[in-house]
Order: sequence, then structure tokens, then C-alpha cells
Amino acid sequence: MSAITFQNVSYAVEDRQLLTNITGSFEQGRITTLVGPSGAGKTTLLKLCNGLLSPTSGTITVQQKPIDTFVPTTLRQTVGMALQAAPMISGTVYDNLCLPKKLQRQTLSIEDAQKWLEDVHLPASLLTQQARDLSGGQRQRVSIARTLVNRSPILLLDEITSALDRTACREIETLIQKINDKYGTTIIWITHNLEQAMTIGHHTWVMMDGQLIEAGPSSLLETTTNEQIQAFVRGEAR
Amino acid sequence: MTYTALSLTLIFVFIPFILSKALHLGLEKDIFIATARSTVQLLAVGYILSFVFEAESAIFMVLMVSLMIVVATLNARKKGRWLRGITWKIALAIIAVELITQGVLLGFHIVPATPQYIIPISGMMIGNAMVISILFLNRFRAELDARADEVELLLSLGGTPKQAIHRQLIDAIKASMIPTIESQKTIGLVQLPGMMSGQIIGGADPIQAVQFQLLIIFALLTCAAVSSTIVGFTSYRTLFNERMQLHH
Repeated sequence: MSAITFQNVSYAVEDRQLLTNITGSFEQGRITTLVGPSGAGKTTLLKLCNGLLSPTSGTITVQQKPIDTFVPTTLRQTVGMALQAAPMISGTVYDNLCLPKKLQRQTLSIEDAQKWLEDVHLPASLLTQQARDLSGGQRQRVSIARTLVNRSPILLLDEITSALDRTACREIETLIQKINDKYGTTIIWITHNLEQAMTIGHHTWVMMDGQLIEAGPSSLLETTTNEQIQAFVRGEAR
Repeated sequence: MTYTALSLTLIFVFIPFILSKALHLGLEKDIFIATARSTVQLLAVGYILSFVFEAESAIFMVLMVSLMIVVATLNARKKGRWLRGITWKIALAIIAVELITQGVLLGFHIVPATPQYIIPISGMMIGNAMVISILFLNRFRAELDARADEVELLLSLGGTPKQAIHRQLIDAIKASMIPTIESQKTIGLVQLPGMMSGQIIGGADPIQAVQFQLLIIFALLTCAAVSSTIVGFTSYRTLFNERMQLHH
């Protein structure tokens, strides 16, 4: 069963065509990695999935329902997104973790906040720290924890490990796999790290120039006969 | 003051003109235009006010205040062209300021309902509402540019447009009110306000002049709060579409 389906989806801003005729689906409960050169339209595609943007043409369904039948706020709670820059609001780590609940006029208990921090391998003592003082890796983990607070069945991750060292990167990968296993969360993960795309992803989408070039099991990055993808994998088109 | 005496005050225009030329500031043309425009505009207003005061007709007074509102709105909207329908929102803010201030002043008989009071006070309120609207629009734009990722974050977590833009909106409203509040903290210590100075030079009792000045500065506080709040809360929605997405 597919969690999100794209049918001939195109997206343009003024005269710039950013996505062209994307057709494909993201399988429920699986991790799909999204790879391609910069400017291929990967982030635009993620933003279409949680309604931060709407397609110029074509249809998107989320959990078998047309995306435009969702109330935007409900859609974005259903399809959570961790942004590449991991922006923080001013205040403490706790203030940031509370944010998803606060937006729904609910509260997050200290105990629950500590549990989310533990899930992303951060100490509970960090709760009272100012978010602006976090390191790049800590910021990224708090951003992931904050996205998890909504318990979204679908999670979009936009290059969340690009600023991390190898060890931190590996920890986040393990965490995402754990979330996928534990909650059956559908994950769509943009990454520039092709090794990561293959080891973490059950499936992979390869995008170039706003088009979906190939989709399939992540091993396609090694087995593809497509010359464009082969060149990309060799590092000639990144 | 005689016209000869007034002509002699052009020395104060001549000094910056010479300085601009000597230092190659390139401001000679602007100084000339500013002098010519202020002279013509103020003399014209002087004659118009004389006519309106003598005519003692409410219609002329309403026309004059309306003209002030139109000119202030058209001037302020230049800073808000990036917001759809901003002209009407600024006009609404200025009209609200005018109605509230004149409503209190006339309703409680604080000032007499004559053009001599209504027109100058309206001019100060409308002019200030225009400046506050411009300050708000400049600051709001800067806040949005600097903190666009924060707006996107809140939307992506399921926030409404109002929740997503709340901090930027409040910070811009606050920033546009601060100059009014701060200038009032030092009023009388650093500089004597123009209206009060004018009254004293014109021979009025200083205490009476101070009372009128207090009336004006209190009203300016309302002016600042009301104009920035109305422009802010009526305009932020135009940044989003019906799918709660930021317009690009």
C-alpha cells in the first residue's frame, strides 16, 4: 500500500519549471531515499508532500486521500517534516520540543520531552539549554525529536545529516531505522550520501532536472543501466 | 515676522548648499527642491487654512482632513506594495486613528469642535499614523526576510498562518511603537516639541502650551499602537493563500 502517490505532478514558479510529470508512489512503512544533483527538485517534492506547496498540475494522494481534501494543518501533522537548516525558535530546547503541541493548544510534559530527547540520544539535562547554544549535531537531533512529537505516520527528512560528522551521522541513521521499525513510520529521506541512500533506504528515487529518472529498490544505484544515473553515481553530475 | 526677516532665514539653506558643493555631496538639487517644495506647500496650506477658518464650514474641514488621509495613505503604501490591498489597510488604520483621537477629544469636550483645533491635531495624528505605518511595513519586511525559515518551520509543524507569523508580526508592531515611546521619555529634557515651541514663540502661556503638548503626546501613543496593530493584523493574511502556504 502506498502512503503518498504522485500522478503526473508538475510544479512551476512563474516561468521556472521545477518539477515535471512526476509519477510514482512511496510505500507505506518503508524508507525511501531521494537522491539527485543539487537543484533536481528534491526539496520541492518534499514540500509538495506536506502541503507547504501545491502542484501546478497533477494529483497527489496521501493515505489514499487527495491531498487537497486535507485541512492543511492536519496534513502537516500527518506528514511531518524535518527541515535541512533545522531552524530553532528562540528559547530553550524544551520550548522547541513543546512547539508542535503548543500549536495545537496542548502541552508537553517534562517527562515526555525527556523521553523524546532520549530517543534522539541527547541527555535530558539539555532541556533547559538555550536552543541557540546547541551544536550543529544537537540542533539536528532536536529538530528530529521536535518533528517526532506530532507522532506523524509519514516523516520527511531533508538532508538531516549533511552537517554531521560520521559518528553522529551513523547515530541518526540508526535512530531513523529504529523509528521506522518501532512505529512503522513511512520515511522519505533526501540525502547526498549515496552510501547512506543504499544502506538505509528500502527504495530510492533518483531525480534530475525536476524529473524522476528512476525509482526502485535502493540497489538500483549499483545495478542501473541508465547512463545519467551511472554518471551521477560516479560523481560526475552532483 | 516680516517677509524681509523670513527671506533672511534662507541663510540656513545657503549654508548646507555651499557645504554640499564644497564637499561634492551632490545634494544641491535636493536642497533646492526641498526648499522650494516646503515653501510652496506651507504657504499654500497657510492660505487654505485661513480660508477654511474664515469659512467656518464643516464641509471644508472634512475635505481638508480627507485630503490629508488620502495623501498620507498614498505616501505610506509605497513601502507596502509587496502586500496585496495594502492601500485600503493603511487608509483603514489612519481613519481609525483619526476617529478614535477626535472622538475622545471632541466627545469629552477636551478641545473645542472648531477647525482651528481639529485640523492641526488631525494633521499631527494622520502624519504620525503614516510614519508608524511605514516603520511597521519596513520592519515587517525585514523580519520576514530574516526569519522566513521560522515561518516555514511553524507551518511545517501544523501551525496556522497566524501562529506561523505571530512573532514577526508582534516584533514589527513593537519596533514601530518604540520610537514614539522613547522620544516621549526625553521630551522636554532634550528638546522642546515643535508644537509647544511654536505656541510659546507665538506668545502663549508656557503651562497652557505644555497642557496641549501633553494632550498630543498621549494621543500619539494611541496613534502608534492603533495604526501599527491595524496595518499588521489586517495585512499578514495576504501573505498566505487559502492552502496556508506562503506566497512566493
